[in-house]
Amino acid sequence: MSEYTAKDYKKGQPRWCPGCGDHFFLASLHKAMAEIGVAPHDIAVISGIGCSSRLPHYMATYGMNTIHGRAAAIATGCKVSNPKLSVWQVSGDGDGLAIGGNHFIHANRRNIDLKMILLNNRIYGLTKGQYSPTSPRGFVSKSSPYGTVEDPFRPAELCFGARGHFFARAVATDAEGTVNVLKAAHAHKGAAVCEILQNCVIFNDGTHEAVYTKEGRAKNAIYLKHGEKMLFGENNEFGLMQDGFNVKVVKLGENGITEKDILVHDAHCEDNTLQLKLAMMDYPVALGVIRDVEAPTYDDAVNAQIEEVKAAKKYHNFAELLETNDTWEVK
Amino acid sequence: MADNLKVEELDQVVVRFSGDSGDGMQLAGNIFSTISATVGNGICTFPDYPADIRAPQGSLTGVSGFQVSIASDKAFTPGDKCDVLVAMNPAALKTQYKFCKPTSSIIIDVDSFKKADLEKAQFEATDAAGAIAEMGIKQDVIEVPVTSMVKDVLADSGMDPKAMLKCRNMLALGLVCYIFNRDLSIAEKFLRDKFSGKKAAIAENNIKVIHAGYDFGANTHASVSHTYNVVSKQTPAKKGRYMDINGNKATAYGLIAAAEKAGLRLYLGSYPITPATDVLHELSKHKSLGVTTVQCEDEIAGCASALGASFAGALGVTSTSGPGICLKSEAMNLAVIMELPLVVIDVQRGGPATGLPTKSEQTDLLQVLFGRNGETPMPVIAATSPADCFESAYAACKIALEHMTPVVFMSDAYIANGSEAFKLPNLAEYPAINIPYVPESMKGTWTPYMRDERDVRYWAVPGREGFAHILGGLEKDSKTGAISTNPENHDLMCRLRQSKIDKIPVPDVEVEGDKDNADLLIVGFGGTYGHLHAAMDEMRAAGKKVALAHFRYINPLPKNTAEVLKKYKKVVVAEQNLGQFAAFLRMKVDGFAPAQFNEVKGQPFVVSELVAAFNKLI
Repeated sequence: MSEYTAKDYKKGQPRWCPGCGDHFFLASLHKAMAEIGVAPHDIAVISGIGCSSRLPHYMATYGMNTIHGRAAAIATGCKVSNPKLSVWQVSGDGDGLAIGGNHFIHANRRNIDLKMILLNNRIYGLTKGQYSPTSPRGFVSKSSPYGTVEDPFRPAELCFGARGHFFARAVATDAEGTVNVLKAAHAHKGAAVCEILQNCVIFNDGTHEAVYTKEGRAKNAIYLKHGEKMLFGENNEFGLMQDGFNVKVVKLGENGITEKDILVHDAHCEDNTLQLKLAMMDYPVALGVIRDVEAPTYDDAVNAQIEEVKAAKKYHNFAELLETNDTWEVK
Repeated sequence: MADNLKVEELDQVVVRFSGDSGDGMQLAGNIFSTISATVGNGICTFPDYPADIRAPQGSLTGVSGFQVSIASDKAFTPGDKCDVLVAMNPAALKTQYKFCKPTSSIIIDVDSFKKADLEKAQFEATDAAGAIAEMGIKQDVIEVPVTSMVKDVLADSGMDPKAMLKCRNMLALGLVCYIFNRDLSIAEKFLRDKFSGKKAAIAENNIKVIHAGYDFGANTHASVSHTYNVVSKQTPAKKGRYMDINGNKATAYGLIAAAEKAGLRLYLGSYPITPATDVLHELSKHKSLGVTTVQCEDEIAGCASALGASFAGALGVTSTSGPGICLKSEAMNLAVIMELPLVVIDVQRGGPATGLPTKSEQTDLLQVLFGRNGETPMPVIAATSPADCFESAYAACKIALEHMTPVVFMSDAYIANGSEAFKLPNLAEYPAINIPYVPESMKGTWTPYMRDERDVRYWAVPGREGFAHILGGLEKDSKTGAISTNPENHDLMCRLRQSKIDKIPVPDVEVEGDKDNADLLIVGFGGTYGHLHAAMDEMRAAGKKVALAHFRYINPLPKNTAEVLKKYKKVVVAEQNLGQFAAFLRMKVDGFAPAQFNEVKGQPFVVSELVAAFNKLI
């Protein structure tokens, strides 16, 4: 049992719009941290710029609300130089995938032990309503009055393309689902991307409508659990089956399909092909831990290499370093 | 040494080794400077690399040069022109001849002046004599069959012909050692140290070749009219142990020394960029000292991750050149408002944009002083010589840590690659670095922007219970540390951040030369110190009254700046840009109206040109 409660991680009065998904997520984060039980002073929460990047202000941990897009890079230096810290990086879809896209992919590629929260509302909220890199093609916004003419990023695809080893998804209004995903991210050693689906009530309300309510999720989402059959629907009447190179939705009992035909989720499978298929589905929307594969982390490797070289080399301070050079004496 | 030859005593000589990129000219030059330094001469070297990685062999663009100046006392510059030019092939002769004086001796490898070699260097002549005539060379040319002699000497060594040719540089070195009466035993030791164990045979073969070159000089008096000697002027202050160091290595050493003194982990976030990359290379080697280097995805991440490391309690450093500063400026700005230590290394090169990547300028000054949004004061320190990079980097770290601020350390391609003798520092004698950690007694009452009497805020490193706090890029209330858009508070915070920098104590600028009665004060900053000093020396030797005030601390300026600048009738600010330091000084010192000497050629100043320009001002 953790010695902390959600209150121990709480600070201040959030200033997001009433009904914003950020409120829901923050409450779940406080709860998850209490269950995880890392002391608040051993946690650093690092964000960029945007509505969601205000989040560290409402955490009673160490924190930084930095500059647009750079949270992952700043968090990298933080974790590598002080590996004892539990480092959480919080970004929105603009902060994390547009201006910060480069840092997002490289943090994943290096597998730095960061908990990378991506609050995806498919819009720029703080600058008052422009399309983001996750807005769908044709999306009408203040900066795209005739609809966008570009395709969006799908965060999972980007994460997997960057050799990411952990990807999970939750809906902000689903407290239990969000807490579970955050705890799994903490338990995973390495870069752990959690995509949190949330509506922007002002500029992009309803973007995740299909899964935003409990009823909606019952119909339109599937909760993935490692080692369990991939069943969903209000009465678990649907399931996922492999169909050639694809995954398809089937109804149990139809065409002679029984539960034994349904795929079992394997989040630990190193090959990400099927995990990617799950992450890319529009119906049902995959929630929970989609991929969770162990791999060496960058911060561990950097510090292990320092220890190896320390053991192998004969100089360990500045004075000894000087002695490794050719010198001469002027008498 | 041949005793019937004239030995001329000189205060300073300059030797330029040149050849193809693969001819080992840098090594030959290094050994020659080390031998000279060992006997107590002042040394100053400058490598001149081609921009191409591997230009075609023998081509004009593939010539690599290494100039070394040796002096009886301190050598301030590598010299405008050389007394001896070694040209290992026709391309070297053609491109490097411009560095010769009318009295220079030129040594060529006559074996590499065949028709095909000459064609590669776009000569019409078909032999050495023809090439010399074609260029109108009047100086002594010593034609040495370097290649064939090396093959003869190493005939029984068992080496393959290709490996043998790699020793050509040592034959040239041996001859130069003869001309300058250098003791070969030092070269022998250098090579035996460099190639030991399994590589010992390499050392022995190279030593044989050096001796052959030396003997060639001794045995062919006809081609060498006289030899030179540069006697060391011993002074007690010079006593001690030395090593040869270039600016980038000295910079890395300064960072390591400061981190050790401060008891912090050194973290470098960097991205490769000429001419700063060697700082990353050097620090990457020293993991046994706990140095952490991360080669980031871009310049932005280099700086951002260093700032993250500082937040987490390390000494965060990022290294780059001008184009990288453009990208790092947003994270530098964040460091200003978060008031965390950060050291930004700017090894300047020619700009704008990609500009002249391998060449040297001082054109980043106003960028590092002002190139950010908002009121963002930042200390700036400009190293004045290769060895001074150590002192300046140490000072930059000390200021960053003690005053909780980002600091820019400037050097340039010239001092970064140039080298000089470096007296081994004793870290115990260096000033302590006192970090303003928040005292435990403030637990419960502390807020992040509380300040001490120097206006410095306290540092609370994550992991300490009772001091959890948030920093960030939004303006904060001076008392509570919460986000604030209050107009009075913002005005106050801007003034506090400025005042914190203004209160940093820096040493007075020193005036050298005729400080009481100079008719001309030369003013410079950073890497031009050697050239400006040499110009002053030359003018004073000619009877002129001249002084030099050379600045290492740019922001804040030394307290005596206005007093010094206003003391002299005539002041000239000389810099490798179009007047950036002069503009800054005019801004800081009321009524200051200096003459200016500005050059943006990507090359070090030429002392004779400085002297000619300064003489016109008196």
